[in-house]
Amino acid sequence: MRLYPTPSQTVGPYFHIGTDDGFIRGELVAPDHPDAVRLFGTVRDGEGAPINDSMIEIWQANSAGRYAHPEDVRDDLPLEEGFDGFGRTHTDDDGRYEFLTVKPGVVPGRDGRPQAPHIDVSVFARGLLKRLVTRIYFPDEAEANEADPLLSSIEDAATRAALVAVADDGGLRFDINLQGDRETTFFAV
Amino acid sequence: MAQRVTRGVQIAGYRRDDVEVDPPYLHPDYVATRTRSPKRPLLLLPHTLSEVTGPVYGHDRIGELDHDLTRQHDGEPIGERIILHGRVLDGDGRPVRGTLVEIWQANSAGRYKHVVDGHPAPLDPNFTGAGRCLTDDEGNYRFITIKPGAYPWPNHPNAWRAQHVHFSVFGPAFATRLVTQMYFPGDPLFFQDPIFHSVRDPKHRDRMISAFDLDNTVEEWALAYRFDIVLRGREATPMED
Repeated sequence: MRLYPTPSQTVGPYFHIGTDDGFIRGELVAPDHPDAVRLFGTVRDGEGAPINDSMIEIWQANSAGRYAHPEDVRDDLPLEEGFDGFGRTHTDDDGRYEFLTVKPGVVPGRDGRPQAPHIDVSVFARGLLKRLVTRIYFPDEAEANEADPLLSSIEDAATRAALVAVADDGGLRFDINLQGDRETTFFAV
Repeated sequence: MAQRVTRGVQIAGYRRDDVEVDPPYLHPDYVATRTRSPKRPLLLLPHTLSEVTGPVYGHDRIGELDHDLTRQHDGEPIGERIILHGRVLDGDGRPVRGTLVEIWQANSAGRYKHVVDGHPAPLDPNFTGAGRCLTDDEGNYRFITIKPGAYPWPNHPNAWRAQHVHFSVFGPAFATRLVTQMYFPGDPLFFQDPIFHSVRDPKHRDRMISAFDLDNTVEEWALAYRFDIVLRGREATPMED
C-alpha cells in the first residue's frame, strides 16, 4: 500500500499556544558549556520587515558528528548525555531568534565523502504554507566547506555563501530572508 | 529491506511525492504568502544521514492530561466536547510509533488564547487549546477537546477561517516533519478559505477533512472525529547519486 503524505498547512499566527510551554528549547547546551556557540539571526519578509511570528527548529549532530537517532549506527562515536541535537524557538518582536548550541562534527554524506559541519533548519510562519528548509555552515570551516558535497554542487558563489553563518558579536549570525535580493538559499528536502 | 546506513554511505531517502500534494509557497489568495514566499526555486537537497535522522522529542515531557484539553483547568470548557483521534502512518501504511503529536486550536467561540488574537469573542478561562501525546504501537493518537469555533481574519473582506485544529507531527526523520490543519466535514466556510484551498488537488485537499466517526462516539458524552495522518514514505533502496 502506497499512500500520499497528508498536505502541509501553515502554522498560522497562534502556534505559540501549542509549541511553547515546556516544548520550546533555545538552549541545546547549558550556558556554561565550554564549547557553547550562540547562533542567532533575524527573520525578514520580502519587504525587509522583521517577522515576529515564526518558529525556527534546528537539527544537528553532536560535536563528535553523531546523531542521537537510532539510524546513526556508528557506535564508535560517542553520544553526549543531555544533548539530543534538537532546538526550537520562536522569533521575538524584532524578528530575532537565538540558540545556544555546539558546533556539530563531520558527518558522512551519501557518497562517503564527509560533509562539512552543518545544522539543518526548518522555518515555519504565518504565510508559509509549508516549512522552508535551509542549512547553516560554519565560517571557520573554509576548507571543509570547500569540499562539502552539497556546497560544492552549488555553482553560484552568492547562493553558496548565503549558507555560511557570519561571525558576529561573539557568536554566529545567520539571518533568514524569506524573499528578495538577499533571499536565503532554501532547499527542497 | 535494504541496508540503510553503512557508515552513512548507503542512505535510503524519503520519497518526494510531497511535492505532488503540498500547497505552493506563493498562493496569492492567501495574502501573507505574497511577501513570505521565496522567489527563487528551491535547490534539491539529497537526503543524507542528516535528513533521515531527526529529533526523538517530547517523550519525557508529556503530562498526564496533555491529551485532554477539557481537563487542564479547574472547570470544564464551554463547547461541544469531541474525541479527536486517528493514526499516524508512513507512506507505506505502517504505523509511526512513539512520535509526538501536538495540536492547538481556538476555543468554541472562535478565539485563541493568544495575545495577537483580537477577535471580539470571549476567552474561556477553562480552555487553553493546546494538546500533545505520543502515538502508541499501532500509531494511534487520541485527544479529548471541544469543537473549535469559526473566526474572522483580515485576509479579504468578510473572511472567515473554516473550523480547524492545527497539528504538528515529527515522524522518524528531519525529512518527515509535518505541520498541517485538520478540518471538519461539511463546513460551509470551505469555499472561501484560501488556506484550505491552497492544496490544489481536491483529492488531497479532502484528506485534511476529518471523518465523523459514530463508532468511536461515547454515548451520552462526546461525538468522535477521525483524522489519519500520513507522513512521507521511504525509498525502498538506497538511491544513486
